Amino acid sequence: MLKKTPLNEIHRQLNAKMVPFAGWEMPVTYPTGVITEHLTVRKNAGLFDVCHMGQILVEGKDALDYIQRLTTNDASTLVPGQVQYTLVCYPEGGVVDDMTVYKLGAERYLFCVNASRCDDDFTWMRSIAGKYGFSCTVENLSSSYGLLALQGPKAAAILAPLANIPLETIKTFHFAPGKVAGIETLISRTGYTGEDGFELYVPRGKSAEVWQALMEAGKAHQLLPIGLGARDTLRLEKKYSLYGHELNDTITPLEAGLGWVTKLDKPDFVGKAVLAQMKQEGVPRRSICLKMQESGIPREGYEVFDGDRKVGIVTSGTMSPSLKQGIAIALVESSAAKAGMLSIDIHGRHRAAAVVKPPFV
Amino acid sequence: MDISEDLRYTEDHEWAMADDDLCTVGITDHAQEVLGDIVFVELPAVGTRVEAGKAFGVVESVKAVSDVYAPVSGVVEEINEELPDNPEKINTSPYDDGWMIKIRADNIAQLDDLMDAEEYEEYIENDDD
Repeated sequence: MLKKTPLNEIHRQLNAKMVPFAGWEMPVTYPTGVITEHLTVRKNAGLFDVCHMGQILVEGKDALDYIQRLTTNDASTLVPGQVQYTLVCYPEGGVVDDMTVYKLGAERYLFCVNASRCDDDFTWMRSIAGKYGFSCTVENLSSSYGLLALQGPKAAAILAPLANIPLETIKTFHFAPGKVAGIETLISRTGYTGEDGFELYVPRGKSAEVWQALMEAGKAHQLLPIGLGARDTLRLEKKYSLYGHELNDTITPLEAGLGWVTKLDKPDFVGKAVLAQMKQEGVPRRSICLKMQESGIPREGYEVFDGDRKVGIVTSGTMSPSLKQGIAIALVESSAAKAGMLSIDIHGRHRAAAVVKPPFV
Repeated sequence: MDISEDLRYTEDHEWAMADDDLCTVGITDHAQEVLGDIVFVELPAVGTRVEAGKAFGVVESVKAVSDVYAPVSGVVEEINEELPDNPEKINTSPYDDGWMIKIRADNIAQLDDLMDAEEYEEYIENDDD
């Protein structure tokens, strides 16, 4: 039985194509189609139902010490009102999940985690708190929060008239408690599209009310509802990792290109020893960006070649709606990561793909 | 849902239209709707031999890859040269501008085994998940 977000009925009324995703019934696209949705977010703004994502609250006098042990990034640099992208690793160096952490107060932090990983994350986070005897609570609040993402260059213009606080005071990767359409909201200037935008944490039962208010306010700005299809192409054009594709328990953050959130100079954290050793001995594989030089769309699982030699696989691929060209993120042997030109086996034929620097767009 | 009256339909959602022993092939309105925005089409070269029930080409939407199957055996006589650069024609005009290939059929009577419009309509209703 698939779980339904509080916006399920709204998606149906909008004639969305609904699909199973991580145990949830989610809209993959609305009748406008994924390309229009994608381009609308790049040009104007889009509204996403991300109520399937999980929220885990950590609270107590050891909260910071616990998070420093749990995660790869350095949470000691955070001030209240700041958000950080971070990872949780297994002792072997593979990734439990990637997430954002919100510093609500000195001893109070909120994690936002992937829907597909929420239960495992929660179990893992509790086990680490117990194992090291930290004095803090770890609570799964996913059923209390609704989450909407408003993304795109017009996002601030749409949100501003509904918000009771000036949005220009909320910088990127910061948040503030406020009200949207009269409803208590944690307004976060974050997202997964590479555009300016907001993620709005609301009481779960109020999700539909906030959605409708935003859709109404967005009419003058060509706001469209956006499904998971465009969410994926938008993040791919920016080379944002997706758990289960670029990240899993056998891929380390260093291989995934997430060394920038892996602070090997902070106090010990789970997985640090293995990651420090890998860094010293050389990272065996690299997550790279490939742009097709011939026709064809690379897809997850397709093999990547350097000449005749297989050097890796595509972890995510699509037709980029912005570039109208096939693009891919691939995990390849480090020796091949710098090669100017590789090839991808698409429908039985090797087709040229250039190694390019992220982002694609 | 548009189902053209005078065509024949496969269980894989191709349509076929016979003109003597020349068979024009495309994918149905239902198929393009399920796939969503079509962004890539790969067709065989003219002169390629195709076999009934075997894949002859590929249609891809942003999210999905789908093989396209030949409704009859024969030789590809013509391909829609417009499609590779304008794959969205399959979305906007699946039965007309979105045609894919024309096959010179060995035995055009093979089409008699396919569904007619009424049978196809019933088929996709039952197929609907």
